[in-house]
Parts: sequence; structure tokens; C-alpha cells
Amino acid sequence: MQQAESIASRPIQHTSLKQRPLLKIAQRALFYVMMVVLALIFAGPLLWMLSTSFKTDPQVYTVPPTWFPNPFRLVNYPEALSSRPFGVYTYNTLRYALGAVAGALISNTLVAYGFARIRWPGRDIFFIICLSTMMIPFQVRMIPLYLTFKNLGWLNTYLPLIVPTFLGVNAYYTFLLRQFFLTIPSELSDAARVDGCTELGILIRIILPLAKPALAVIGLLQFMFAWDNYIGPLIYLNNESLYPIALGLQQFRTMFQEELMWPYMMAASTATVAPVIILYFFVQRTFVEGISITGLKG
Amino acid sequence: MAGGCMIKTAGHRMRTINMSQRWTPAQIRSLLKGLAFISPWIVGFGGFVLYPIAASAYFSLTRYDVLRPARFIGLENYVELFTKDETFRTVIGNTVYLVVIGVPAGLVVAFLLASLLNREMQFRPLFRTIFFLPVLVPAVASAEVWRWVYNTNYGVINSFIKSWGLAVIPFISSVELAKPSLILIHVWAQGTAIIIFLAALQDVPRSLMDAAEVDGANPLQRFWHVTIPICTPAILFVMLTGMIGMFQYFTLGWLLTQGGPNESTEFFSLYLYRNAFQFFKMGYASAQAWILFIIILAFTLLIFRSSARWVYYAGESN
Repeated sequence: MQQAESIASRPIQHTSLKQRPLLKIAQRALFYVMMVVLALIFAGPLLWMLSTSFKTDPQVYTVPPTWFPNPFRLVNYPEALSSRPFGVYTYNTLRYALGAVAGALISNTLVAYGFARIRWPGRDIFFIICLSTMMIPFQVRMIPLYLTFKNLGWLNTYLPLIVPTFLGVNAYYTFLLRQFFLTIPSELSDAARVDGCTELGILIRIILPLAKPALAVIGLLQFMFAWDNYIGPLIYLNNESLYPIALGLQQFRTMFQEELMWPYMMAASTATVAPVIILYFFVQRTFVEGISITGLKG
Repeated sequence: MAGGCMIKTAGHRMRTINMSQRWTPAQIRSLLKGLAFISPWIVGFGGFVLYPIAASAYFSLTRYDVLRPARFIGLENYVELFTKDETFRTVIGNTVYLVVIGVPAGLVVAFLLASLLNREMQFRPLFRTIFFLPVLVPAVASAEVWRWVYNTNYGVINSFIKSWGLAVIPFISSVELAKPSLILIHVWAQGTAIIIFLAALQDVPRSLMDAAEVDGANPLQRFWHVTIPICTPAILFVMLTGMIGMFQYFTLGWLLTQGGPNESTEFFSLYLYRNAFQFFKMGYASAQAWILFIIILAFTLLIFRSSARWVYYAGESN
């Protein structure tokens, strides 16, 4: 540091610094231009979706395209969403998504606590086995799982999408939570143990209140996964009254047939995207904080 | 990163457990406590991981159409896959293309975006949110949005191209461009990797950057010789999870291109799904699943082995 300061205070460095402002401002401006262009490119597809969802049919076919629809056809939304039971799809998704979130939070918390906060012989071997399940592609388990659920009579129910989450099957969540639990000083648990607190008591009274950001991450990841999951419902559900949004959106598609009703299709897509994005904005700060802590500082 | 470090320390600890030593009551108590906490996972692991894997291995040696009981046929499914099934060869080629091009492309873009976001600037949360948002878009919606973006006549890109009087880009309807078009969508949705890289970048010690600057390293050299090495654990993590995920690529391919045109986007999971749930060749599909599993294992090992040479752990000495 001292060396750096002494170099910075050399006269030559000073003059070059004095010449800089203009160059620096130009560099800065260029940087912001680049950021804005990149941001527009990345936001582009979503803006295009949003813009199309408010268009009239002729506006869809203008070349070059218009970004600001005029007239602004808000009624596309009720018209599109009422053509199929969008409300039912949403309700169905919520039904199993909330169950899966509860399952992931409860089971992965317990399992991660066992891996992070209790010393027991064989723990690390179990943990490595748990981690290595992350490498197993779903496809390997898919067929036997389907057949098992079929034999149990669980097809056309949400059980295949909920029950596994209660058994801590997602090792990624366990890993993230364990990493987070490890960052909590062990003195806190030791003190509680001396006071006669049970492990479950320590988990509930001491660890959980401190682990809110990590729990938010797991909750949001599991919710997003459930909202997004296509292949699971595709395999386990074949009754339209049970369809979640992922399958429902395809019903819209077959109905609106390509080319003909893009505004309706984009309105339905926006309605599918919106809940996830709104939810993200509510938990954004905790989420980013949680990912940073759990992901890397273990 | 945590992943690699942790496995390493676990390895050391494993050696200290002496199986022959007699366990004290306290140890037994702690063992029971530990097992009690991880018991949900033990049940889940047995029922939803171990059993399905074993069953899948058995099915892969049978002919099984669900209606009739599985009939043992030895390695016939594997032999057929490797010697007779030409689609399968295309499928492997397509999938490896997707992984080998798509994963590094996504990683590089995510790292560059994270590096840009790591600089001091106004509206940083806004920019961060914009780059992150695409990953929140459900795959089913993403498929519809990109179908419309890529539309040959009125999609946003081709519509502009047309107005400039140039030839339209056929994107997902051409054999050559279908895979790159899908990779572009993957590159667009790199939010998680960006957040992970951003966290890693914030951990690059200021003192190290200053020292490099004093030594006369220009910004590009500092980026290459300081920033990237410090972030290699995060890069390894993103590369591994990205690779494993990409080998299972399904939804976008299934919805957007249905494997076409001319099988150019028929990926492993698509073909496997078709065999299992459309042709009801459960045995044949299980054999494919096992091949996929082995390919993923091989790639994981390859990356882990090579990581000793390029991943730098700052905390290695402790």
C-alpha cells in the first residue's frame, strides 16, 4: 500500500491524472452507452412480448415493427385469458407449488442441519453421497418413478410433484443451506446446548431466525422450479382440469395457432411470467444476498 | 469454491474416522442424532434415487412396453443403440454440440456481464435486475416469446432486417441455425451464473489488484491474471452445474423445435422421452438414460480432474 501511495504521489503521475478528466468522462460515457445497449438487448425479448400483448392484429404485421402500440389494446388480456381456464391453471400450479415449497423448506432444513451443525461419525461420507446425487440426470429416475407412481395410483394427482420434496431429494438445496448454516458461529449452539436446549430447539430458535435469507432463496428457487416444471406435469398429469400453468400455456398455443393471434399468445405468456417476476421483486434483496452468501462464502 | 474445498476437507476427515475403534456412548448418541436429522433424505434417497436407479439399470436390460411384463434381453438395447439406431448417433452429436458450445458461451457471457456489473456505476441494481430477469421467465413462456422473436416474417429481428431490405434469418426453421438459436436463448438466461460470479468478483482482494497495478499490469492483464484466477472456483461450479443441466435439456427443445428441422435439435432427453412415453419402449429408453448418466459422469470426472490444474483455491493452505 505504501509503495502504491508513493508512486501515486510522484509528479509525473500527477500531470497524467490532470490530463485525464476529459478522457475519463468520455470513457465513462462510452461505458454507460454500452451498458444501456446491453440492457436493451437483454430486456428486448420481454419488451417485445409486452409490446405485442397490447397490439391490435394489424399492428403486429407492420414492418419495421412498432414498440409502442397505438391504440393500446388492454382488452387483449381478459379476452385471451378467458378463452381457456387460466385461473384454474394458476390455482393448480399454486396448489402443488406451495406444497413443494413447504416440503423443500422443512426437509432440506432438517437434513442440512444434520450435515452442518451436528458432529457425528460417517457424516461426511453421507454428505458426499448426498452431493453426488446432483450428477444423476432426472432421465435415469424418470421411468421407474413414473411406473412406481402409476402403481401407487398417484398419476393424475399432485403427489408425485410434492411428496419427493418432503424427503429432501434436492441435494442442491441441502448444499446451499448447509453452506449457510456453517457460517453461523458454533458458540451460539454450544451456549444453547449448555442451557439444555435440544438440537431441534437450537434449529428452530437459533438457526432458523438467522437463516432467513437462505430460506428465502430455497423457497424462491423451489417455487420457480414448480412454476417452470414442464416435464413432471407432462408425465404425471393428463387430465386438463389438473393442468398447471406450464401445460396450460400450451393449450393456449394450440388454440391461438401460430401467426394468427400473437397478441393473445403474448398476453397469456406475460400472465405466465408476471407472477414469478412480481414475487422476485418482493424478495429480491434477500434473494441476491442469500445466493451470494450460500453460493460462495461457505 | 466451496464445492471443491469442502470435498477436500471432507476427505481429510474421512481418514481420521477409524472404523475399528470402539464408539463411546456420546458418539453413538451423536450418530443417532445426525441420522435422525437426515432421515428424510435417507428415505428419499432410498425411494426416489437409489431404487429408481437400480430399477432403471434392470429395465435397460429388458424389453418393456408397460402392458406386458418386462422381458430380459441382456445387452440388446445397448447393442441396438450403438449399432443400428442412426437417430441415436445424431442425438448424441446434437447434445454434445449443445453442451460443448452452449455451456462455455453462457459462462463467458455471464462472466463478462458480471464483470461489467462489478464496476462502480449509477443504477447498478437496475442493470443487475435486467440481466437477471430472463432466468425467471418460465421455459414454457420463454419458448413462446422466442418463437415470436424468431418469427421469420414479423419477429422483431427479421422485421427490422426486412425493412432494411436484407435477407431474413430463418433461425429455428433452418438446420444450420436451429441449435445456435437455442444456444442464444440459453446465453440470454444466465441470471443465476451472473449473481454467483458477481459474488465471486466482490471477493477479489483489493490489495491484490493494487499490487498488480503497481507492478505495471494493465486492466486487461489484471483481469486475466488476477480476477479470473480468483474466480476459478466459481467458474468450476457454474461449469459443472451448467454441464449437468445442459445434458438434460428438454423443455425449450420440445416446445420450440420439437427436435426439428430434420432432427437437428433432437437432443438426448427429447429422444428418450419419445421412446419412453410415445413409443412405450421403456427398456430401450432406460438404456439411453444409463448412457446419458455415464456420459455425465465422464464429463464430471473430466472437469474435476482438469480442475486441479486451473482452479485456484485461496484458502488452500488452511
